[in-house]
Amino acid sequence: MNETGTRDFLVGLFVLAGLGALAFLSFSIGGLRYTGEGGLPVYATFDQIAGLKPKAPVDIAGVKVGQVTGISLDESYRARVDMDLDRNLKLPVDSSAAIVTSGLLGDRYIQLSPGAEDRHLAPGEQIPYTESALVMERLIGKFLVNVGDSPKEDSQSGSGSQETAPAP
Amino acid sequence: MGAGAIRGLGHGVGDVVESLGRLAVFTARILMVTVRPPLRLREFADELFKLGVLSILIISVSGLAVGMVLGLQGYNTLVRFGAEGSLGAVVGLSLIRELGPVLTALLTTGRAGSAVTAEIGTMKATEQLDGLRMMAVDPIDYVVRPKAWAMICVMPLLSALFILTAIGGGYVVGVGLMGIDGGTYMSSLENSVDFGNDVAGSILKAVIFGVLVGLIATYRGYTSAPTSAGVSAATTSTVVIASVSVLIFDYFITALWGV
Repeated sequence: MNETGTRDFLVGLFVLAGLGALAFLSFSIGGLRYTGEGGLPVYATFDQIAGLKPKAPVDIAGVKVGQVTGISLDESYRARVDMDLDRNLKLPVDSSAAIVTSGLLGDRYIQLSPGAEDRHLAPGEQIPYTESALVMERLIGKFLVNVGDSPKEDSQSGSGSQETAPAP
Repeated sequence: MGAGAIRGLGHGVGDVVESLGRLAVFTARILMVTVRPPLRLREFADELFKLGVLSILIISVSGLAVGMVLGLQGYNTLVRFGAEGSLGAVVGLSLIRELGPVLTALLTTGRAGSAVTAEIGTMKATEQLDGLRMMAVDPIDYVVRPKAWAMICVMPLLSALFILTAIGGGYVVGVGLMGIDGGTYMSSLENSVDFGNDVAGSILKAVIFGVLVGLIATYRGYTSAPTSAGVSAATTSTVVIASVSVLIFDYFITALWGV
């Protein structure tokens, strides 16, 4: 190859590498779909989603099978969560969905527990059974109230000298 | 005294408006010759080589270094909250939304924009542009157009390469040195980055920065004083003006489109 040929080859290689990097960013990391809606769209309603966000993963037994596509409020003031699952997934109609947290303060995601029915969920159908998110602040609040109650009963029956002691 | 200061202000504003107008005319002239045959693809390819291929080394080395620093800083902060699993999201989002396009534009300004200005300025100082005009060749068509368009095309590609090497650098530090799980890093990255919100905005920024740097560099060279001091001053002002306008435009793009 002469000098111009080598140059052109390098330019071509550069353009290919750049376009490849753009494609990788868009499709693999950015999650852009090029086949349109090919998944299995289903939805579920929850009393409390507590910080679940769109794009959160949906998994079964720890294996990712889809993601949350949208969150909205339905007519009865419950949170409706739309998700897009793997097209090949056969999910029994009596499956249940729970919002769980990865780690103590980690991100929220949806965990599906498949049911036992023979019929499978069709696109657009609802997952009937749900378990709402645990709100950590509420749990801590309840715990503190309970803990705060018990020494009071103790102090009424006892000497009353521990009134000023803080709750553990 | 007071009148003099006001006169100075008026003169300054007049100068700014005048140079913006000249830049607009210059831009319009480039656009008018953009699709005029011959398309001069040979010159365009040569510019892609000079501005793009020769910038790959500095872009990838800087990307790797920036990614490794981000990985280290991010890890040290996140580990206090036990959230080191989110390192991929921290590194990826800050790179894709901000650092990738901006740092690429700054590096490319220094590496390639200054060279464009110096080359055109020297051609002007040595009367090569006049020589082209003598042969009825429009210097905007033959010299400026390939350089400006090459800069616009090269910027998003270099930015994507920068982002990928930096994500790789973050991976090396986070997974290799700090012992985060590789799958955690990648899945936190993939879950938090969205094409519409993040990647498209990143590409938009890179293209706009390419337009800015390409126009400023060619314009400064084309209008430089035809002396060695003039070429040197034009090169300096390309780097200063292009860098500052990249940073200012970055703020406004982020504020307007939220990317």
